[in-house]
This record gives sequence, structure tokens and C-alpha cells, in this order.
Amino acid sequence: MTALKVENLAKTFALKKPLFGAAGPGVRAVRPMSFSVETGETLGVVGESGCGKSTLARMLVGLLEPSEGVIEIEGRALDTADPAAFGRLIQYVFQDPQSSLNPRKTIRQVVESPLRRLYRMSASDREKRIGEIFASVNLREDFLDRYPHEFSGGQAQRIGIARALAADPRIIILDEPVSALDVSVQAQVLNLLADLKAQFGLTYLFITHDLAVVEAVSDRIVVLYFGAVVEIGKAEKIFSAPRHPYTRLLAESAPKVGRALEAPEQKDTELPDPLNPPPGCAFAGRCPRATALCREKDPPLEQMGEDQFAACHHPLDT
Amino acid sequence: MIAFLKLLFRNRLAAAGALVLTAIVLVVLLTPVLPLQNPDATATADRFQKPFSQGHLLGTDHLGRDLLSRLLHGTRLSLAVGVAAALIAATIGSAIGIVAGYFGGRIDNVIMRGVDMLMAFPYILLALAIVAALGPGLMNALIAVAAVNVPFFARNIRGVTVGLAGREFIDAARLAGMGHSRIILTELLPNVLPVIIIAMSTTVGWMILETAGLSFLGLGSQPPQADLGSMLGEARSALISHPHTSVVPGLMIFLIVMSINLLGDGVRDALDPRLKSGALSRPRATTLVDRKGDIPERTDDLLAIQELETEFRVGRRTYRAVGGVTLSVRPGECLGVIGESGSGKSVTALSVMGLVASPPGVIAGGAVRFQGEDLVGAPYETLRQKRGDRVAYIFQDPLSTLHPLYRVGRQLAEAIQSHHRISDRQARDRAIGLLRDVRIPNPESRIDNYPHEMSGGMRQRVGIAMALANEPDVIIADEPTTALDVTVQAQILSLLQDLRRDRGLAIIFITHDFGVVGQLCDRLAVMYAGRIVEEGPTDDVLESPAHPYTARLIACVPELGGGRRELAAIPGLPPVVDDLPPGCAFAPRCDKAQAACRQGVIPLEGQDTRAVRCLYPETDLSGKEVAR
Amino acid sequence: MGGYILKRLISAVPVLLGITIIVFLIMSLIPGDPATAILGSYATPENVEKINRDLGLDKPMVQRYFIWLGNMLQGDFGRSYSLNRPVINEVLERFNATLILAGTSFVLCSVMGVLAGVVSAARQYGLADKAITFTVLIGISVPSFFLGMMMILLFAVNLKWLPVSGMYAIYGGGDLPDLVSHLIMPALALSAVATGVIARLSRSAMLEVLRQDYIRTARAKGVPERRVVMGHALRAAMVSIIPVLGIQAGFVLSGSVYIEIVFQWPGVGRMLVDAILTRDLLLVQGGVVFVAACYVIFNIMVDVAQSLLDPRIKT
Repeated sequence: MTALKVENLAKTFALKKPLFGAAGPGVRAVRPMSFSVETGETLGVVGESGCGKSTLARMLVGLLEPSEGVIEIEGRALDTADPAAFGRLIQYVFQDPQSSLNPRKTIRQVVESPLRRLYRMSASDREKRIGEIFASVNLREDFLDRYPHEFSGGQAQRIGIARALAADPRIIILDEPVSALDVSVQAQVLNLLADLKAQFGLTYLFITHDLAVVEAVSDRIVVLYFGAVVEIGKAEKIFSAPRHPYTRLLAESAPKVGRALEAPEQKDTELPDPLNPPPGCAFAGRCPRATALCREKDPPLEQMGEDQFAACHHPLDT
Repeated sequence: MIAFLKLLFRNRLAAAGALVLTAIVLVVLLTPVLPLQNPDATATADRFQKPFSQGHLLGTDHLGRDLLSRLLHGTRLSLAVGVAAALIAATIGSAIGIVAGYFGGRIDNVIMRGVDMLMAFPYILLALAIVAALGPGLMNALIAVAAVNVPFFARNIRGVTVGLAGREFIDAARLAGMGHSRIILTELLPNVLPVIIIAMSTTVGWMILETAGLSFLGLGSQPPQADLGSMLGEARSALISHPHTSVVPGLMIFLIVMSINLLGDGVRDALDPRLKSGALSRPRATTLVDRKGDIPERTDDLLAIQELETEFRVGRRTYRAVGGVTLSVRPGECLGVIGESGSGKSVTALSVMGLVASPPGVIAGGAVRFQGEDLVGAPYETLRQKRGDRVAYIFQDPLSTLHPLYRVGRQLAEAIQSHHRISDRQARDRAIGLLRDVRIPNPESRIDNYPHEMSGGMRQRVGIAMALANEPDVIIADEPTTALDVTVQAQILSLLQDLRRDRGLAIIFITHDFGVVGQLCDRLAVMYAGRIVEEGPTDDVLESPAHPYTARLIACVPELGGGRRELAAIPGLPPVVDDLPPGCAFAPRCDKAQAACRQGVIPLEGQDTRAVRCLYPETDLSGKEVAR
Repeated sequence: MGGYILKRLISAVPVLLGITIIVFLIMSLIPGDPATAILGSYATPENVEKINRDLGLDKPMVQRYFIWLGNMLQGDFGRSYSLNRPVINEVLERFNATLILAGTSFVLCSVMGVLAGVVSAARQYGLADKAITFTVLIGISVPSFFLGMMMILLFAVNLKWLPVSGMYAIYGGGDLPDLVSHLIMPALALSAVATGVIARLSRSAMLEVLRQDYIRTARAKGVPERRVVMGHALRAAMVSIIPVLGIQAGFVLSGSVYIEIVFQWPGVGRMLVDAILTRDLLLVQGGVVFVAACYVIFNIMVDVAQSLLDPRIKT
């Protein structure tokens, strides 16, 4: 069953109208993209800065209204104007755990508010439910009356996860949930997320810039570049047998013990100007395989191989 | 609250201000019951009596009215009006600011346009216009002063609200189903309130001054009623002949405003968390040195860090960020220093050239020797001549480490000209050459860019060019690629590798990434809680780690191509360095720890090139002490 | 650069219009019959009829505003009834005196304030810092009018160094030394508060900047400390100091009202207070609009100076 389906979802940020003349066409942070996540699946979304991954995440949880397109959860299209309607179905775990907790509220108040607002639970029910949730994220209940600044990054992120769980959602969007954490703590949180998923039958959308992490936790992976999907495929295959040259560049750039230090082949490291994007493929400027066709026509996302899709005129052989 | 008051009164000036203000307020509150003369009773025969005269402690004014009585009644009035104006302005202004800042967009735009218009007036013009329209009078002066200060609060509070509204906890509250008004009242307001209080406590004195000012001009309180301002205004004509009638109310205004300002500053300092830790101290040009114990002997390494101890002294606490680190590099060698946040790796790096911010940083022991010469405690000029010339740094975030207001060419030229007397022309040519060396395309035009006009990768190349400017012997790179995207990181690393090979540079490379260390470094030191727990050739350490921490840390890191898997994790948290356990700092998290691990000092021991600080290492390095 | 100045000038137009609207609205707060209120003690029937005709008080408010605005654009600010001369002539004459006083004070407080702040920050917790902090605290707490009065007592009455008040000596004055000797006390008294505020802000701006990463970078490349502080740090600190200079200019202009009263300086502030007390509201209206407009222009110059300093602004 499809848990989350996104069709032609796009976001354009309007430019401020200049004093004279009409406003420009705006910055297309997310170009129309479609994908779906099956129930119980973890879909990894990977990309570098400026690829639109955070904009995508904010649209999915209703914090940002899409310019076009539809978000469907379990077959029902969502009302894109009401975050609370999203709240019961889809929750969000933020990148910066400290900044996602109100410094002047106790942990109890933080975790309680979805129960109060989304489910109107009574005080005794809330107490019971918080106990269950805290047990499942391995936090002691005596943390409940403390304030966020008393916690380390890893603990704060567990609290953030507890808050998301409290809403009892079907889907959790994890936006770089371990990027701010040290590696030893990062592994704790990743394993916790895996346990919770098995325990509650959750569906994850895992957004990150870290290839190794995304490969370790995902079933399928979407690779974004400059606001568009360039490749989708199985986690175990996409980096070992990429079809899109950008995916290969990513895979070859990831530092790896024992591999000689050589910059992977690319012509330039600069992203196109978002205010004035070139026609054709956005990656053409950096791509060693680019031809005149690539600079004219934007390649569509096409099936290549069994369950791999790539948007490229000159895909790599496997 | 009690903690706040304690903090407030630890500031002696604030306490003095509070004392004076409390005294004034008490006297003023008691004024109606004190045995004072009628402040408005005129006695022309007794006019201009000097202070301390019979029956008039402070003398009388031009109509023979008792000055003491008028002073206290006037103070009462001035205080009441000033405080009322402040409360009104703060309430209305903050409400406007919060609404504008939270909703943003068009609402914000319209409101802030209006505020800007009001702020386009020199404030008194607006106050005068209001008083002119409504007519002189104390109430109208109050309205004018409050109205003039509303935009100030609105703008101030809006700025703070915008910052808070962008924070993630506001998003989280919306996802938890809260509506706008609830978010404003329960999420925003508690965080904005301290700022409102600070703004009020620093402006209430000002508003008392302003209402007094309008009265002084004759536009506020009207005779016979008098506040401090109108007393001063009436006394002005007799300033030269009978100065005491002016001095008495003038000094009172001064006392009130001064005590409120002192108290307000105290409140601000106590509420502003940035100031709590004493962070707003000016860092000195070099780190303070307070060495106890012996200074280690010189060695023949190019750069040797010996038994280095660096502490942060905050209040009564001492954080031992670096607790006796010994490291060295030889020419052409790349040494990796790896550790998690708080392990002391960056502080070690910064200690080398005395760049640890001080206060609160102090180098408390050990030595740093460059070609045998001890740099710790060396005179500033000695250190300066080495900085950037013999030992250069590359820092983490290339946006915040380049000066935003200077062109990159100028920053490069300055690096050279700080050490060599060459003309601007030559320096510029050299800078262009440096940009070319770090493979920046079009160096001739890029040299005139400002840092904000470049991408992150370009900026870091400039950072590297700056480090290379004087062809140093050692480069200390402190997480130089952490802030960069992975494709850019690959380019920067290969650039560093090439430069190192071509120029025989010695590099100390600080990082938290095993992948990066594995590719770039010859030798590796692993740090935990301010100490080196293991060191050795990179490949050996990565293949057969000896310290349980190293082994488990490596296992934590997912590696590309490993597929989907359960990751090994280390339970618990790194210790806080102001309260280290005795023995091995890793023992509480280590599954192999025994009783012996929790006591005494565990030395860094090993053979040849490898060493480990562990009683029960994973790999036996069989051993005697490291001979260094 | 030219483009930026032009843009700023154009963006000032709505602000200027806003100022006239605000003043117009405030003046329409006047309770009772506006003509009588505006004329105050000059409300003879002929005058009332004339002002009703002049201001079109029988017409709707919006129309009245545009008539008033149109007249002002042609330089017609109305006629002062108490002085019996065109408002604009009086305002221009008086503004000249205010400009001399406020301008001098502004230069004084900018230079002294920034210098004191930088010294204070560079010697944090040292003797100089403590002395400056203490002086500044007194400076911002003493009302300028009281300070002015005390200066008169000390320097003019007791020591007889300087003239008590006025802009020129009544007999035989009028040259520059005469003006300067009359200017010293009021200019100093007027700049006291602003100097204090600027010094405090400059100190904290410098301390803030000195903690930035790029200062560490400058030190790491061996830039001498004097250049780090007076070059790198001061330049970056000026980015937050300059806007405050603009705001303080408004405070200096405001404070000049008190100082003009205390020192009998024939400026626009004293004119406004006299006009309010004699209910000569057309004079108040004209004076407020004119001075506010000048202040707006001044703030554009501040913004331009800011954009010259900070390359990130030019958009």
C-alpha cells in the first residue's frame, strides 16, 4: 500500500517586486517532482545544499504551501492549508534538536502538546501515554520536568522523536536527524529509529546529505539535484550502479578509507544561478558527458533497469 | 527568580542603583503622610530662602513655596507619569512588534512601513506636534511620550520575534496542532518577555527624562501642579541669582535616572544569557599563559606539542579542554587528529599559536615548540611573526572566517604584507598567483570579489591560499571541509593532497571523519575528553585499533557500500571536562572496563610508532613507554 | 552606486508623504473649531474666515490634505499669525541656527563617542575603560537642560570664560570667533547624552566583533594587533555603529529644543515651543514638516554611507 504519494509537487518562491516593472519569475526551489513511499518503507532523500530537500520536507508536513501539485496520504489528498490536519498523519523530526524545543517549556509540556491539541486527551491518559513513549525512546521519566538546555544533543533529539511519536503519525519526515550529532551518538539515534519503525509500523522519509547514512537506513533512495529528482533506485544498487552522472559523482566524492585521494571527474563545482537557471539539464555544466542536447532539453525521469529511474540523456551503463 | 536576583545584585552598581531607587520610591510613597508643608502654599515674603533655613530644609522658590515639599510631590508625579508612559509604550509597541514579526509577509510590511514613518521624525517633533494638537498638560505630555516610544518597542520586539518565529520549535508547535494565538501566547511570549523587560528597564529612565523635558518647556504639568521638569523650568529664570532652586529638582532627576539606568543595565546583564557566561569579553591578542610545573625539554621535531594543558576558566569552574597532549610533526608529514565534539582537538590546534580565546582560555601547562623554540609564553611579537608565516591555519567555516568587508585580494595581500615588505602591486600579483595555485578560475577578476560573492568551495580555496601565502612550514587545518558539500570536499581534499606533495608541507589535520583521515593522513592521533587515547600510523590504527574507544568509534561510522545494516553504537555520553572521572575517561562507556580502569593515571604506552592509553587494549602493542 | 542613491531617494518619497499625512492627522486631532484653535488669540472674525478659506475647512478631509500638500510643494507653508510673516521664511531663518548648533553637536558626539567606545573596548576592564564607562553613565543620566544650566553657572557666571547665552554678542559681535565662543557650551551640553549612547554602543559593537571568527583569522595570519583592532574590528563594528549615528542625529536634533531654550539660541526648536504656547499652529505644522523632511534626507545620506562601507547592501 502507498503511504505517501507526491505528484508534481513544486515550490516557487516569489521574488520581491522591484520598484519598476514586474517581479521576476521567482526561484524554483523544488521543480515538479513525483514519487511515492510504500507503507513500512524508508525512503532516503539525498542531495547537497541548494537541492531543495528542506523545502520538500516542509511542504510534506504542511509548514510550507506547495505552489503546485498534490500530496496524498493513504490515498487521500491533504488539505494543504492546515498544519494540524497534517499533524495526525505525518510528523517531522528536525535537524537541530535544541532549536526545535522551546527553551522556556519543560519536556513534559513539549511532549504533551500534540496529545492535548491533536487528540484532546485527558490528563491521566496523557500521563500514561507519555510514559509509554518515553519508555520506547529510552528516556527516563524524571527528565520530564527539566528544561531543554539541560540535555545533550542526542538526548534532545530523542525528545524530538518522542514528540513526533506522541502525535501517533503514519509517516515521519526525518530532516537530517543525525547531522548535528557526534558519530557515536548518531549510531544510537539511527538504531533507535530503526527499532521504533519495526515496533510501530512507521513509514519514514529520511532526508540527509550523508550518503553512507542514507544507504544504511533506506530501502529506496531519491537523489535530488537543483530542485529536481535526478535518480531513484534501490538503496543497495543506486550508489554502486548509478545511472545518472551526478549520482556517480556523489558516490565517488564520499571519503572512503583506502581509496586514493583524487578529485572525481567534473568540470566545475558551481551550481547554476537559481535566479537565472540555464535551459536543459541543470547538471550539464558540471557533467563530463554533457552534449548539446543536454543544454537544450531537460531530460525526463525514465525507467532504466528493473527498479531504477534516472533523468539523463546519456545515462551510464551498469 | 531568586537566581535572577542573586545574579542581579552580584553586580554592585546595579545593587547601588536599586538601593537609591528603592529609597526614593519609599520616601515618595510616604509623602502624603509625612509632615510636609502644602507644596502649593505661596508666601511671597519668604521667597528664595536658602537651603537649611528655618522651617525650609531645602529653602523656598520664587513664590516662597517649600522646596522640599514640592520636590517630593514633584518626584511622585514624575515617577508616576514616566512609568505609566513606559508601560503604555511597552505594551502597545510589543503587541505590534510580536504581531508583525510572527505573521510576517504583508501584515509585517504594512505595520513596519507605518513604524518607519513614525521613526522618520526626530522624536521630539512628533511629541511637540501631539502636544500642540491636544494642548499643553501633563496627561497630553504622557500620551505624547508614550506614542513617540511605541515605534521603538515595536521595531525592537519585531526583530526578536522574527528570529524566534523562524526557529524550529515554532514549527513544531504548529505540527502539534496549536493555533496562531496559542503559539503567540505560550510559545513566543515567554521567550520575548525578557527582551521586553530589558527594553523597558533601559528606557524607563529615558521616558522620565522626556516627560520632565516637556514639562520643562512648559508643555507638561501646568501650574500650580508641578513635576520635576516644571520645577526646573520655573526656576530657570532665577538660575543666576538663586541657583539652589534649579539645582534641587535637577539633581533629583539625575539621581532617579541614574539609579534606573544602573538597575536597568544590571537587569539586562542578568537576563541576557550571552553575558551570563562572561562570553562578551574581548579576546586578547594571545592566549593567557599560567604554567605550573616544569617545561618539557626541547626536541628536534619541526613542531612539537608537549604535555599541553589548556583550560577554560569560567567563574569557579575549570574546564580542562586539553589535559596533557603531546604531538609532533616532521617536515612533509600529515598528522590527523580525530575526535568527537568536546574532545579538545580544536583547542589543541588553536593553542599552538596562542589563538584560544582568552578569557576564558588559559594555557596551564606544557610547551609548544617550533624548531625547538617554545612558543607558549613567548612575547607577542615573536608569536605574531610566526603566525601565518611559519605556521598557518585553515579554519572550518570559510564564510565566517573571511572578513566580510574586505575584498579577498586585499585579505591575501595583507597576509603577505604582515610579514614581508613588498609593494601593493607585488602583493596583488602574488595574490593572483596564489588564487591560481588553489585552482580558482579567472583569478584576475576573482581577486576583486568580496567573500559573499563566492561559493563555499571558492571561499575555502581562498582560505587555503591565505594559509599558503608565506610558504609556511606547517599548516594546521581545523575541520576545513566540514562545512562543505561532499563533492566540493573531494576537490578541496585532493587540492590539499597535491599541495602537500608538491611543497613538502607538514599538516596537522583536525577532523571527526575517519574517511577523510584515512585518505589524507600518514599518522593519526585519537582524542577523547582532552587526552590522546591512541596514536599510530593511519592504516595500522584503522585496521587494528588498540583502544576500545577507537575500535567502537570506527564501528559506529557507516561506510558507503556497506548496505543496510544495524550500526554499532557506544552507549552513554562523553564526560564533561570540568568533572573528569579518575582513571580512564572512557571507562563508564566501555564494556571491557575493570576496577583498575577507574583509578590512577593511565599512561599512553606502546612501541615504536604506536601507543595506546588503555590497560586492556584490543590489540597488544606489547609494551614499554613511548620514547618521546 | 549612483543607482543605489537614486533608489534610496525614490524610496524616500513615500516616507515624506507619510510624514505629511501623520502631521496632518495629528493636527486634525485638535478639539473644537479648527480655525479658532489654529488662530488661538489671533482669532478675529476676518482671520477665522481667511483661514477657513485658506485651508478649505469646508471641504472634505482628503481634499483638504491635498490642497495643503500642493501648497507646501510650491513652498507655501501658510502664514504665521503671531509673527505676521510667511511660515517658510521664519522656519528657514531659524533652521539655519539650529543646523549650526545640532551639526556641531553631531560631529562632536560621533567623534568622541566612537573614540571613547573603541578605547573602552580595546582596554576592557582597564582603568581607561572604567573611567569612560563611569563618565558615560553620568552623561546619559543627566538631563541636557540641567547640564546646560549648570554649565552656565560654572563657566559663564563663576569663571566668566564664556558668554551666558545667545548666538552672537549683542554689540560688536557677528564674526566667527564670537559665534564659536557662544557655541561651545550649548554644543557640548547637547552632545553629552548622544556621546554616551554612541560610546556604549561602539564599545559593545567592538567587543562583539572582536569575538568573530574573522578576527581570529586576521590574528592567525600575523596581522599586528593594532591593525586588527583599528582596521579589521573597527571597520566591521562601524556597520552597526553608523545606523545608530543616524538615530542619534535625530536625538541631537530633538535635544536642541531644550538647549535652545536654555541658551536662548534662536533656533527652530525655540520657535516651535513659542508657537505652541501662543497656539500658532500653522507655524508648528510647517516647522515640524520641514525639519522632519530634512531629517529624512539626512538618513538617506547615512544609508549611502553605510552602503559604501558594506558591500553586501548594494542590491
